[in-house]
Amino acid sequence: MRFLSKLAIAAACASLLVAGTAAQQKVQINGAGATFPYPIYSKWFAEYNKLHPDVEINYQSIGSGGGIRQITNGTVFFGATDGPMTPDQLQQSPGKILHFPTVLGADVPVYNIPNVTAELKFTGAVLADIFLGKITKWNDPALAKLNTGVNLPATDITVVHRSDASGTSYIWVDYLAKVSPEWKSKVGVATAVNWPVGLGGKGNEGVAGLVTQTPGSIGYVELIYALQNKISFGTVQNLAGEFVKASEASVTAAAAGAALKMPADFRVSITNAEGKGVYPVSSFTWLLLYESPKDKAQSKIMVDFVKWALTDGQKFAGSLGYAPLPEAVVKLEMAALQKVKVS
Amino acid sequence: MTAPVPGRKKASRGLVATDLGFRLGTGLFATMLVALVVAIGFELSRQSMLTIEKFGLNFWRTEVWDPVAGQFGALPFIWGTLYSSILALIISTPIALGIAVFISELCPDWLKQPLVFLTELLAAIPSIVYGLWGIFVLVPAVRAFESSLPAVLRQLPLFSGPPVGVGMLSAALILAVMVVPFSSSVAREVLKSVPGAQREGAYALGATRFEAIRAALFYARTGIVGAVMLGFGRALGETMAVTMVIGSTPKVSLSLFAPQDTMAGVLASQFTEADTELYLSALVEIGLVLFIITLIVNSMSRLLIWSMARSERSSTPVVAAEPVEVTA
Amino acid sequence: MSRTSRRKLLSAVFVGFCALSVLIALVPLAFVLFFVVSEGIQSLNVDFFRNMPKPVGESGGGMANAIVGTLMVTGLGSLFAVPIGILSGVYMSEYAGTRFAAVARFAADTLNGVPSIVIGVFAYGIAVLPFKQFSALAGGLALGIMMIPIIARTTEELLLLVPGTMREGALALGATRARAVFSVVLPSALPGIITGVVLALARIAGETAPLLFTAFSNRFFTTKLNQPVATLTVMVYTYAISPYKDWHRQAWAGALVLIFIVLVCSLLARFATRRLEGMQAR
Repeated sequence: MRFLSKLAIAAACASLLVAGTAAQQKVQINGAGATFPYPIYSKWFAEYNKLHPDVEINYQSIGSGGGIRQITNGTVFFGATDGPMTPDQLQQSPGKILHFPTVLGADVPVYNIPNVTAELKFTGAVLADIFLGKITKWNDPALAKLNTGVNLPATDITVVHRSDASGTSYIWVDYLAKVSPEWKSKVGVATAVNWPVGLGGKGNEGVAGLVTQTPGSIGYVELIYALQNKISFGTVQNLAGEFVKASEASVTAAAAGAALKMPADFRVSITNAEGKGVYPVSSFTWLLLYESPKDKAQSKIMVDFVKWALTDGQKFAGSLGYAPLPEAVVKLEMAALQKVKVS
Repeated sequence: MTAPVPGRKKASRGLVATDLGFRLGTGLFATMLVALVVAIGFELSRQSMLTIEKFGLNFWRTEVWDPVAGQFGALPFIWGTLYSSILALIISTPIALGIAVFISELCPDWLKQPLVFLTELLAAIPSIVYGLWGIFVLVPAVRAFESSLPAVLRQLPLFSGPPVGVGMLSAALILAVMVVPFSSSVAREVLKSVPGAQREGAYALGATRFEAIRAALFYARTGIVGAVMLGFGRALGETMAVTMVIGSTPKVSLSLFAPQDTMAGVLASQFTEADTELYLSALVEIGLVLFIITLIVNSMSRLLIWSMARSERSSTPVVAAEPVEVTA
Repeated sequence: MSRTSRRKLLSAVFVGFCALSVLIALVPLAFVLFFVVSEGIQSLNVDFFRNMPKPVGESGGGMANAIVGTLMVTGLGSLFAVPIGILSGVYMSEYAGTRFAAVARFAADTLNGVPSIVIGVFAYGIAVLPFKQFSALAGGLALGIMMIPIIARTTEELLLLVPGTMREGALALGATRARAVFSVVLPSALPGIITGVVLALARIAGETAPLLFTAFSNRFFTTKLNQPVATLTVMVYTYAISPYKDWHRQAWAGALVLIFIVLVCSLLARFATRRLEGMQAR
């Protein structure tokens, strides 16, 4: 009798376990990648969950490099990156991966200088020299020349960069390589580079945190991180010679030209773009999806989500410091989404 | 003797079988334990084959960590790990020994349990909580300290560099705090095993408190070295708290102010993002070396402690002296 | 100064140093506890325990899913570690003289010293990559691996402490070795073993590194074992390195909850040990 009752209890527990795992109707999809768009992605996934309570999209911001790695390994269903995958990376993935731009953003130079509240002007060449370690003090003549009205102290410049592989870094070094031949040959362009100088912070969050806590520091973060944490950021000179502050308008201007000559796979760089009112350190950010993934049900959900994000989702962009995609690009993407197998 | 009871042989064979079953059964679980350690070593080696073959010993001598160019040198991380752990040892050992001596030799009985509890609490605080405290409390304090250092001292390579707060000094301090309870509790156990005759003999010869304790410490020296080494092993593998305050920069630097990085730290920051096979292999190889180093350090320390216990057991005098009342 | 008074001075200085080192060690403890309690208490409200994490920038989020997640992975870890730990401890104590027991003991001590991040890398290789899935199970495996040596060594030491007369008495009455151990020796050491398990639990509840690449994390609530799960430690880490003030406050609150769990477990363990010693004295 005792044995039978033990068996009964064991059976009940087993069935509860099975029932527990099978009975839930909710679908959970896991993704990982860029920290750059994390504020708007987290808003999107929360809003989408409100509209479709049975869909839970779990996104972890571990950096663009992480997003590319995990989707290649297949440990997450979708990835996100600010730096498009290189041909080598595309080759390593087991299936074809498609890029879909979701929103436009900008990298801004954030700084924390004691007793300086003014907005500083930077040129690309000066920024490159700071990150190369050639300009080491805030009152360097090159900086003073650009900011004549500001009383820059003789404090050491502490450079802050990303310690993890990141698309935000990619955008930044992509820009530096375009404006500084020395940067291009010495350091190069990738999601993780061998930084000549500086401290490493993990994620946009880590860099913003280090800059706020370290007097005399300069770093680069996505615009929204600077806005939300009220960190001072400067203007950057564009190809037309204007000193432009990152904003929805100036970032949209950067994408205007690209919309006309968009490649079929959407992998394009818009840093240092031509035109008036253009913010030079702007970029698309992409979602990565397999063209024919195994789990077709999850694929359908993601495709529906991306369609929502490209249309209704864009209205959240402005308030979070991003710029919505140009209409022409959205149209191209809707067509491209047909390629993703959903059944 | 008596005639064999029918069925007895079967029963005893059954008994032996059960005993064998017991031995094999529990032995199986013990084997799982051993298998786990072997599996860890094996898996780490397997996944790091790529860089082992490509870079060989140069991996440990090169300072360059450049994922873009595919150049991987682990020297900065080894340096960072060893430097921070040794500094932590220098800071923590006197304090740990002081605590061990105080609790086992000097403090009144009513104070013993609470003090032991408090030191255990220090060991029980999770690493992430230390890290959190490190970022928001320790780093600003260290930054203030670094800024206040006179310019004369700043010229020294030990104190060079901008006062950013995150760096070797913060890492060493936080490691020291985390290591103290470990070394101190093992040292306390070691001191407990020193036979009373040692101290009593010293007091009988007119020793001061310090001299008697010194005699006990001398007797226990191998065990104490073992305790300190255990603390060293703990410091080598510490991850979260150190990663959050060391600055995550792969550079070899003598300066206490300079942001650096450790083996465990680079694994925590970069593991999920290694986007090429070579990069991943390089990181796993760092994990493999960390595994081997901690294995060696921990084994040596256990050996020291064990050998002290063994020599103590074999050399205990048979003469049982009347315990002398020690006057404080 | 005469030789004697110099010696006495040295002794006094030494005693003073020892007392001072106790104070020095207690300072950071007081510091850490003070900050965690004062910062954490402000953000500890019903929302924290009840709500899910909110998107970046929105206030009022909580760590409900992380608390459940921590319970899940520690529970899974115990399920895995307790049988292996106790039974290997039994082997090591029963066959203490054999060479294999020495090997097992060495293995346990080695495993104890392996850095938690290395165990995380190992668990990623065998439990995440082959299944292409971050999961609570993988997190539980990593934590379980860390618990095994603690439980094994504690069990071994406690079983060795049980007076030989008990075992011999059982054997003399004709019990098999198995019966002697499981019906007589083990139950008398049980309170101590449970203490060891509780202490091991307290230790792994505070672990972050092995969960980073196994359980990953989750913004939503889940009880599925094969999905990523949020845990208190990883959430505190993620929030601590972020630049959002609201998330920092939640990180302190999470740290307070963690310390509370650890404190409760340690007190329970001490209480149990004292009761055990009291019982044995009788």
